[in-house]
Amino acid sequence: MDRVIPLDLTRLTVRELNHFLHHDLPTGDAVRVEILNPNGMHNLAVGLDAPAEIDILGHAGYFIAGMNKRANVTVHGNVGWSVAENIMSGTVRVKGCASECAGASGHGGLLVIEEDASSRCGISLKGCDIVVGGSVGHMSAFMAQAGTLVVCGDAGGSLGDSLYEATIYVGGKIHSLGADAQEEPMTAADMARVSDLLTKAGIARDLKSFKRVASKRSLYHWHADAGQEY
Amino acid sequence: MCGIVGFLAKKPEFVQSLGEHVVPMLTCMGDRGPDSAGLAVFGEPVESSLRRFSLYAPDRRFDWSAFEQQLATRIGGQIELNALENHAVLIGSVEPVRLKAWLTETHPALHLLSTGRAIDVYKDEGHPSDIARRYQFTQFRGTHAVGHTRMATESAVSPAHAHPFTAGEDFCLVHNGSLSNPYSVRRKLEKKGIRFETDNDTEAACRFLEWRMSEGDQLETAIQKGFEELDGFFTLLMATADKLILVRDPFACKPAVAVETDEYVAISSEYRALAHLPGVKNARIFEPVPEQIYSWTVSSPST
Repeated sequence: MDRVIPLDLTRLTVRELNHFLHHDLPTGDAVRVEILNPNGMHNLAVGLDAPAEIDILGHAGYFIAGMNKRANVTVHGNVGWSVAENIMSGTVRVKGCASECAGASGHGGLLVIEEDASSRCGISLKGCDIVVGGSVGHMSAFMAQAGTLVVCGDAGGSLGDSLYEATIYVGGKIHSLGADAQEEPMTAADMARVSDLLTKAGIARDLKSFKRVASKRSLYHWHADAGQEY
Repeated sequence: MCGIVGFLAKKPEFVQSLGEHVVPMLTCMGDRGPDSAGLAVFGEPVESSLRRFSLYAPDRRFDWSAFEQQLATRIGGQIELNALENHAVLIGSVEPVRLKAWLTETHPALHLLSTGRAIDVYKDEGHPSDIARRYQFTQFRGTHAVGHTRMATESAVSPAHAHPFTAGEDFCLVHNGSLSNPYSVRRKLEKKGIRFETDNDTEAACRFLEWRMSEGDQLETAIQKGFEELDGFFTLLMATADKLILVRDPFACKPAVAVETDEYVAISSEYRALAHLPGVKNARIFEPVPEQIYSWTVSSPST
């Protein structure tokens, strides 16, 4: 059985918490850290670089598990802006909803939002996979360069605006596509990719409803002849 | 960056304890706006022949009792003045226009913060926790309140530039964000004879919406026109004598989170300002979507 280390934020400052997670985590054992009374506080469990299991028991604030490497962080509640910003590896799971900019510029690893994510989810994504059990808000995957955004519910306006090489899959309705984003046919490889990510996320959905959105690549190069009319 | 907070009591016990719930919200949001703060509180309206006026004196040693005697002599009618520090609430039968003219002539340094039958406004420079303590916000009772913590970005730090802004009667507005066309809005309104008291961008939004209402629009219709007229970033929280209204700009650039239970509605820039509220951990918490008008109406009696 895992050894559980409780860390109570009514007794510790956020700085003390993160210092412990960076420097004092026991190595070698299967360790699970429970962060108690997060009460919407920001910057919890940021900059981790250890194969630790972290459970945040309650609603948390901004920048939760930012820059995460190797750790598996689960938030048992909602999070504010920019959860798992610049995630490198590991898994960040939010059992509730996430506010804006979830997974912004994430390089690797997996971010799971079990309920809804707000606007600009996966903005400037650079290789991370994001699975959202519910819907995402407007301007999601804006300028996303690599990685995958799977949205089981609906997507808000301007989805995938100025998209590079990231791929978006949407199970529900798309309110509107952004500039240079287009819907494309789902191939067997796409089906396998969505299936694999949903399995990793522990979310069961009917694969048949998913649509693929990718870049038209017409904004990649500046065309002098286009007279700025793209 | 600024912080906004709002609270609407659905049960009488929350009317009685309004200040106790709102002060931790305001103090917490001091992290987002430490230079000045304000709070508008709405209670049981005074009878229709009377008005409530919130007054602010820049001089902490202002002689309110002499002022009350002057009022009785020069203005007359029914007068009740409740002063605390450099702030006073005047309840009187005087016409708002007449009082304003008299204040301008005889006490130009005094600032008329609000006019109405239900509204009291407090605002000042300093950290929100100090302002809450100075004016004893925890003691406040009322059906609903709107508060603001300011980190000034576009105009001076002064009590007059602090939010809430008011216009007309029983209307106030707080703003997180910045407008990019406040001067063009202002020029349009000034041509119609509407006067401004500061160069703050939020005042333009407040006076625009109040102008639309004075032209016969409901607040919701005025806000729809505001979406066309106001350019920039905004989360706006507004209140009238019986309503609390929240909107975010089309890009939702500035944050807002709301919680609604059977006992209260609470709104803030960040969830952590709501974390102390009773029952919040299991309540319905949601993020308002862009350009949608969220409106809550006071239903419970205020006693």
